[in-house]
Amino acid sequence: MLRIKDLDVFYGKIQVLEGVNLNIEEGKVVVLLGANGSGKSTILRAISGIVDNLKGDISFQGSRIDSMRPEAIVSLGIIHVPEGRQIFPELTVYENILIGSYARKDRKKINEELEKVYTYFPRLFERQKQVAGTLSGGEQQMLAIARGLMGKPRLLMLDEPSLGLAPKFVEEIFRIIERINSEGTTVLLVEQNAEMALSIADYGYVMEVGRVVFEGEKDVLHDSEALKIHYLGLKYIS
Amino acid sequence: MVVQQLISGLAMGSIYALVALGVVLLYKTSDVINFGYSEMSMVGAFVAATLIISLGLPYPLAFLGALLFGALLGLFVERFAVRPMHKAPHISVIIMTLALFMIINGTAGLIWGHEGRAFPYKLNKDPIDISGVVISWDSIVIFSVTLLFMLSLFLLFKYTLIGVAMRAAAQNKTAAVLMGISVNRVFSLTWAASTAMGIGGAILIAPIIFLEVNMMQEILIKGFAGAVLGGFTSLPGAVIGSLLLGVIESLAGGYISSDLKSTFAFSLLILVLCIKPTGILGGKAIKKV
Repeated sequence: MLRIKDLDVFYGKIQVLEGVNLNIEEGKVVVLLGANGSGKSTILRAISGIVDNLKGDISFQGSRIDSMRPEAIVSLGIIHVPEGRQIFPELTVYENILIGSYARKDRKKINEELEKVYTYFPRLFERQKQVAGTLSGGEQQMLAIARGLMGKPRLLMLDEPSLGLAPKFVEEIFRIIERINSEGTTVLLVEQNAEMALSIADYGYVMEVGRVVFEGEKDVLHDSEALKIHYLGLKYIS
Repeated sequence: MVVQQLISGLAMGSIYALVALGVVLLYKTSDVINFGYSEMSMVGAFVAATLIISLGLPYPLAFLGALLFGALLGLFVERFAVRPMHKAPHISVIIMTLALFMIINGTAGLIWGHEGRAFPYKLNKDPIDISGVVISWDSIVIFSVTLLFMLSLFLLFKYTLIGVAMRAAAQNKTAAVLMGISVNRVFSLTWAASTAMGIGGAILIAPIIFLEVNMMQEILIKGFAGAVLGGFTSLPGAVIGSLLLGVIESLAGGYISSDLKSTFAFSLLILVLCIKPTGILGGKAIKKV
């Protein structure tokens, strides 16, 4: 569905991704693991078209998207739920959700989506008139995902959805991601919480300072020493 | 007497409010303060006058024509002066708007001359007298048109998708882009709306003051002041602050001295800001980076 070949990304003169290759099959949950600053989020940003300086190719369902404008990429159904939630704090919950559908042409079907999103997140339905900035962290994360779903994603990219959340919210959010995937949406997940991420993933990549250093099926990753070494940085300890 | 002063203060305040709204709108979406705004508005008043004199258009049509001109002028300035600078620091863009001020003021002087002249339209209706309080038709027109502007703005922002998108882009640009919102489009629209609003103010005030190339400068300063008084990042705040400024000015002019009306109003502004630095409805002062 999505294929990345030899991707290099620079922020100014600093290279943050080097020769990244990645392949996401339709219907799967693919997880990117790695320590802070290893370039996971940059991969999502590159796919979304919001990095300035990029080399290599990114193709979605066979066609190149790496020089497309971010609006056009969203219209293809590649939806990015950014790190730190980035909801619109002064808009109401409802307006936040609505704006997620901004790029869609099929405006008549939006109410269907809205209902669906509210069944995923009944709490947001209760608070739809509330200003989003007053929600708790967990609720804001739910809102960010709900907003993403309104774009009718074919590929949903989630950047650290569990960051800073209480364990019960983390559980809930992962159950919802699983459900979204089981209803046909491909998911690309960036996570620090490796244990949790691997519990729902099909395939994973491990990154270290801008490169993919290991990849494999979920079980392989789960048992892998490589994961522990690269991800937890154990090689520096033991 | 007090009621009389209140009414003329509110009328003047409405003009400030239009200008303040235009300034704050632009600042909220693009962090730019447009010092060329007074001159862009002034040009619109001249365009309206020209439409009336040369084409013989009736006033309402000339008004709409000038608003349309304003929208186009806003689009033009955004596209060819602001957008090419998108990587420049905000301060450079703000200085560029000063250049805009100079360029437009000079060009307008060349075209229309520097002498003041009367706006070619005046309401020749007798003022309304409600038990001793005289309300001029100018004030009534100013109120109604300003109200109409505010209502349209409110409806746009509250009930249209593009309006919600504009607010979203003002709050978080990256997230807005990830929603598929074209930030360039939002900027274009904001410049168009903002310029049209200033021109609305200029046409409304033109029959009361003279049509002249420097006519909007003091009003822009008052509009800034009204916006700051209300809290620079709040649209309702900009309106409230401007109306308040108009009223205070009018009362000071009536009871203290008409020479000191601005002095008094601005001293009060400084006082208010000492007590509440973020203005009446302003939130926390957040420096955007």
